[in-house]
Amino acid sequence: MAIRERLSGNEAVAIAIRQINPDVMPAFPITPSTEIPQYFSSYIANGKADTVFIPVESEHSAMSAAIGASAAGARTLTATSSCGMALMWELLYVAASNRLPIAMALVNRALSGPININCDHSDVMGARDAGWLQIFAENNQEAYDNFVQAYRIAEHKDVRLPIMICQDGFITSHAVENIELIEDDKVKAFVGEYEPEDYLLKDGEPFHVGPYAVSNYYMEAKRAQAEGMKNAKQVILEVAKEFEAMTGRSYGFFEEYRLEDADYAIVIMGSAAGTAKDAVDKLRAQGIKAGLLKVRVFRPFPAEEIAKALTHVKVLACMDRTESFNNECGPLGAEVKSALFDAGCAPKVINYVYGLGGRDVTVESITSVYEELIKIDETKETGAKYRYLSVRED
Amino acid sequence: MAYNFKEIMNQEERLAPGHRMCAGCGGTIAVRNVLRGLHPEDHAVITCATGCLEVSSFTYPYTAWKDSFIHNAFENAGATCSGVEAAYEALKRRGKVKDNYKFIAFGGDGGTYDIGFQSLSGAMERGHDMVYVCYDNGAYMNTGIQRSSATPMYADTTTTPVGSESVGKPQYRKDIVDIIAAHNVPYAAQTTFVQNFKDMHIKAEKAIYKPGAAYLNVMAPCPRGWRYDTPQIIEICKLAVETCYWPLFEVEDGKWTLNYEPKKKLPIEDFLRPQGRFKHLFKKGNEELLVKFQEEVDRRWEDLLYRCAR
Repeated sequence: MAIRERLSGNEAVAIAIRQINPDVMPAFPITPSTEIPQYFSSYIANGKADTVFIPVESEHSAMSAAIGASAAGARTLTATSSCGMALMWELLYVAASNRLPIAMALVNRALSGPININCDHSDVMGARDAGWLQIFAENNQEAYDNFVQAYRIAEHKDVRLPIMICQDGFITSHAVENIELIEDDKVKAFVGEYEPEDYLLKDGEPFHVGPYAVSNYYMEAKRAQAEGMKNAKQVILEVAKEFEAMTGRSYGFFEEYRLEDADYAIVIMGSAAGTAKDAVDKLRAQGIKAGLLKVRVFRPFPAEEIAKALTHVKVLACMDRTESFNNECGPLGAEVKSALFDAGCAPKVINYVYGLGGRDVTVESITSVYEELIKIDETKETGAKYRYLSVRED
Repeated sequence: MAYNFKEIMNQEERLAPGHRMCAGCGGTIAVRNVLRGLHPEDHAVITCATGCLEVSSFTYPYTAWKDSFIHNAFENAGATCSGVEAAYEALKRRGKVKDNYKFIAFGGDGGTYDIGFQSLSGAMERGHDMVYVCYDNGAYMNTGIQRSSATPMYADTTTTPVGSESVGKPQYRKDIVDIIAAHNVPYAAQTTFVQNFKDMHIKAEKAIYKPGAAYLNVMAPCPRGWRYDTPQIIEICKLAVETCYWPLFEVEDGKWTLNYEPKKKLPIEDFLRPQGRFKHLFKKGNEELLVKFQEEVDRRWEDLLYRCAR
């Protein structure tokens, strides 16, 4: 029987980690992810897990030690947010290029400055080209479920890439919600043992990691990484299918909410999708064909599938919870537009920057986005294609 | 313990020939002699900071290392080695690793004194069962002889060039063994290539086999950066010790020990003169600089004698 609980997103992820009981966890505290290593340390202190926890002196050392541990053959993870992940930045690339399936519980928070501890996606989007798988959650349940699926995807022999399991700082990390946990033994059986092919501590077989490779080999290394990312798509779906068989909860690359016949739609990631669904329901009640696409998997980016799901939409808004400073759109907007261009279908697309540094996202503010989309459709005048939501302009 | 030079030197090498380090490089001499401290039956995982040693010994698809080896980045050998050691603890406990492993990290003075300093400090403070070895050649040699905090005062480097307004590096060098000893690790020591490697061998073995975190600071001359006649490396090391510029000492469980005291302390000029990076100190009008250099060497030597006499 599944266990019904009331938990914050951080505690839910800490429980998933306890159930998996990985080999090594180096971590350094940073708001709002601090509770994850805290909860997990208390599990270790009370004999509920026996992972070797390394209380490193910085996030830079957290990722450095994670790379060492993973290369040595250990199932490894860390947790961080914002500036902490930014401090890891150089090593994120090293982890991915060495094909180390490290898991990161990333609790999204704005990057400085001004220094801000609240949610946006500037941290994770800054690492979107680092070669990590990136999976987003709308709520606590999804954060937990995604973490349970993480190693199955990352460690798959056709993938072997590190994975970020993202949730929104404070909004899901600290808010307590109802959640359904899976029994410990079922999680253990689902995740299974980690059996890497080659590693530093393999008895009788010395192994070497992190060579100097210049122009004669570097490009093949990158090409091989890209292949892993390509293969990840199939693996993500297979793992989700097995997960559904165990829990009844279904996952894919993205969720379509009342999108099938929608004239007006938004593409969004993370917790704001929940608020946006309420807005959609209200608009539908008024007879307006509003819909939503919530991206779960950002890396690999399911471009073809997203384009297909949006073909029939008349006017679309891409909602980015980060700035890209290209004066055009955020990263999500850029990738969605690129996908639509390749698919040869072109709904009008407006790009919104919203919720930076924890700026409140409300049913009303999301509704105003749909109202703008309807206006564009009615007047056939697009106006500014790049807009800020809920901001003081003067 | 008895030191048998022939026997030790005839051990199987753990760093294979054919790597791309310069002829006469002190770095590889340091590595080979540290690895001779490993007992033949034990395995090791070597961690290496980015630097000459890494790029010249593990150029894909070749490696000179017979033991397992990981290079991560320039500034994180301490933390990387921590992770490897923690994985060993976890996998050994869970029955997934059977053999015995030792953990040795190598970094140059750039990766140790400077950019990798925090990572090293963290690893030492946490007390991982590992040895961190700095092969100290007193500048960023891999990028072309830029000054580091290990560069001696007045050295001519590419970022402290001697010129009409400059007499070389303006600052004294940092004493890193003091700093590591202040972490209260079980073992920290300084050595170089003297006494047929006896001092170095004893210290390497002790550092590797003493449980907990250990640190070895090895003066490893760089013929390109120091500009001496390459075959003179052993003579240079001897002069560093005999002038008390590079004292041989160790700090074990908090106790400071001077391992060698020259019968007659030589003037610092004897160490500086053979090196092109100090050529300007011997020009007319720069006598004062030599006096200042000598004063600093004397001050530090007296300080060390005081600590060892306590």
